[in-house]
Amino acid sequence: MKILVCISKTPDTTAKIAFTDNNTKFDTNGVQWIVNPWDEWFALVRAIELKEADPSVTLHLLTVGESDADPIIRKALALGGDEAIRINAAPAESQFVAHQIAAIVKDGNYDLVLTGKETIDHNGSTVGGLIAGETEMPFISLATKLDRQDKTLTITREIEGGQEVCEVELPVVVSAQKGMAEARIPNMRGIMAARTKPLKVVEPIPTNTYTETIQFELPAPKSGVKLIAADQVEELVRLLHEEAKVI
Amino acid sequence: MSILVYIDIANGKIKKSTHEVISYGADLAAATGDQLIGVAIGNCQDQLEELGTFGLQEVIQLGKEIVRNTPQETDAWALATLATEKKAHTLLFSHSLGGKLLAPLTAARLKAGIVSGVISQPDLSNGFSVKRSVFSGKAFAKIAIKTEVRVLTINPNSYPVKQTGGVAKLTSAALVAPPTRVRSKNIESAAGALSLTEAGIVVSAGRGLKGPENWGMVEELAGELNAALACSRPVADAHWRPHHEHVGQTGVAIAPNLYVAIGISGAIQHLAGVNRSKVIVVINKDPEAPFFKAADYGIVGDAFEVVPQLTAAIKKVKAS
Ligand SMILES: Cc1cc2nc3c(=O)[nH]c(=O)nc-3n(C[C@H](O)[C@H](O)[C@H](O)COP(=O)(O)OP(=O)(O)OC[C@H]3O[C@@H](n4cnc5c(N)ncnc54)[C@H](O)[C@@H]3O)c2cc1C
Ligand SMILES: Nc1ncnc2c1ncn2[C@@H]1O[C@H](COP(=O)(O)O)[C@@H](O)[C@H]1O
Repeated sequence: MKILVCISKTPDTTAKIAFTDNNTKFDTNGVQWIVNPWDEWFALVRAIELKEADPSVTLHLLTVGESDADPIIRKALALGGDEAIRINAAPAESQFVAHQIAAIVKDGNYDLVLTGKETIDHNGSTVGGLIAGETEMPFISLATKLDRQDKTLTITREIEGGQEVCEVELPVVVSAQKGMAEARIPNMRGIMAARTKPLKVVEPIPTNTYTETIQFELPAPKSGVKLIAADQVEELVRLLHEEAKVI
Repeated sequence: MSILVYIDIANGKIKKSTHEVISYGADLAAATGDQLIGVAIGNCQDQLEELGTFGLQEVIQLGKEIVRNTPQETDAWALATLATEKKAHTLLFSHSLGGKLLAPLTAARLKAGIVSGVISQPDLSNGFSVKRSVFSGKAFAKIAIKTEVRVLTINPNSYPVKQTGGVAKLTSAALVAPPTRVRSKNIESAAGALSLTEAGIVVSAGRGLKGPENWGMVEELAGELNAALACSRPVADAHWRPHHEHVGQTGVAIAPNLYVAIGISGAIQHLAGVNRSKVIVVINKDPEAPFFKAADYGIVGDAFEVVPQLTAAIKKVKAS
């Protein structure tokens, strides 16, 4: 079985969000970059577990990004996986990223493509479904559990107001979320090994971008908290009712 | 030309977020002069008739004999075909679980530009651009869509429902889609539970509550407010509360009218999931808790004293 895990680079969860160039670009000054938590904690770790259970599994990591994504994909490789592929292009927007990934998926005959639930900067939750749509592989969104019996996967996914257990034959695209695995910390051996694992850089296929970010905006700052004394809860209820009109 | 709205049906019921999306579509259709058509899949006829009052001119029911609890991935085939037939330039979904499944699959089939998590009407003055929430609610982005067909998912609780009182024409057709290769084995539903992303009020508690045995007072407050329950990540990690209640950057992102945070410090990763709430109330015994900086109203005090009093005060107001 060949598994491909899609890894994206995101600002650290505590990064200060600011913009430059007339609010058209994210200000990367002083920003620490990490592996998108959904990709690392759930998609990648579960894929590693599948390989640990069956050493014949081939596990590749893939990112669409420029050379500044190399340290991030190496960080992911330190957790596990055989090799990494970087498609050398700025991840401009979701259809563009999905086209690039879909080309690799078709070419490499992957059986299982895992993505995270969403990127914590873009919050699109779209790339997984777009890859599935383009490769005409079945798509299981927001999986919380994934087990394998040979060519069949049993997957639990979140649905409105509950969960669904389903079965599917490979190949399939799955987006992973909490529950799928427990986050791991890379060990020294993994970090050393990641340095020598192959990182293939491939050029993007020619394709259009379908959307374009034209401007960013920060939310208006809060006007400040109104404090109410602990023995005046009735006043709070009155304010919520009469002033904020939310109850 | 037309605008298509996907009618999201979960457990046989049309969701409130669908009403929001129809209202969004009605305002867009008024601006572009196009027809607004709803598409429902499966058995739910009795609920479709009233959708005209939200602004749909036509409702097309695909596969009306089909009974199921949740959308199927191959529904996207049928939606894409219908969009082409109806010359739809824009397809609207809710940014709900059903929308997150079907919107990208449909966009891939239509080679459409897709923008998810949209929060306001498009700017049509120079092409078509929409505002969406990015960086986990810490910023907004204006995105131009360059394709002729577009797919949008609308964030729940970001667009007001308007009832305009129209009547929709109801038609039906077969569901033309390949059989899905995903075999549903079992569905567990938390029947009756209020959807966290759709709830108007959310009551949430954190590690300040000391242990799962103390959630009774939180549930009572939520019950009084008809609110959904949420929690911080360490609370879910410690299994005090189920995972699906965990809100934040790595949990569920919500934008209710009112978010009540009890015994939660307000770490940046927690705020990332709740900062789009319209009004935030914080109850924390530490006046230095960072959450107060993001709050609209705050009480510095012991949750074990404040919360039962708050519940009683709300009860009293409701009774009067
Ligand atoms: C990559 C990453 C992702 C993360 N994602 C998330 C996420 O999605 N969601 C999330 O919530 N966290 C997330 N976290 C964790 C986050 O950083 C905080 O650790 C967490 O939110 C703290 O939870 P808490 O406020 O419940 O607990 P604490 O920080 O321990 O705060 C407890 C609060 O309760 C107050 N308190 C104590 N006793 C009382 C009392 N009797 N009455 C009133 N108040 C009382 C205290 O003053 C304190 O402010 C993430 C962390 C990382 C590193
Ligand atoms: N630039 C990228 N390179 C590789 N995978 C990506 C990239 N962007 C997004 N993904 C994958 O798609 C998932 C969903 O991303 P998004 O649709 O942007 O929220 C992520 O969790 C990743 O697994």
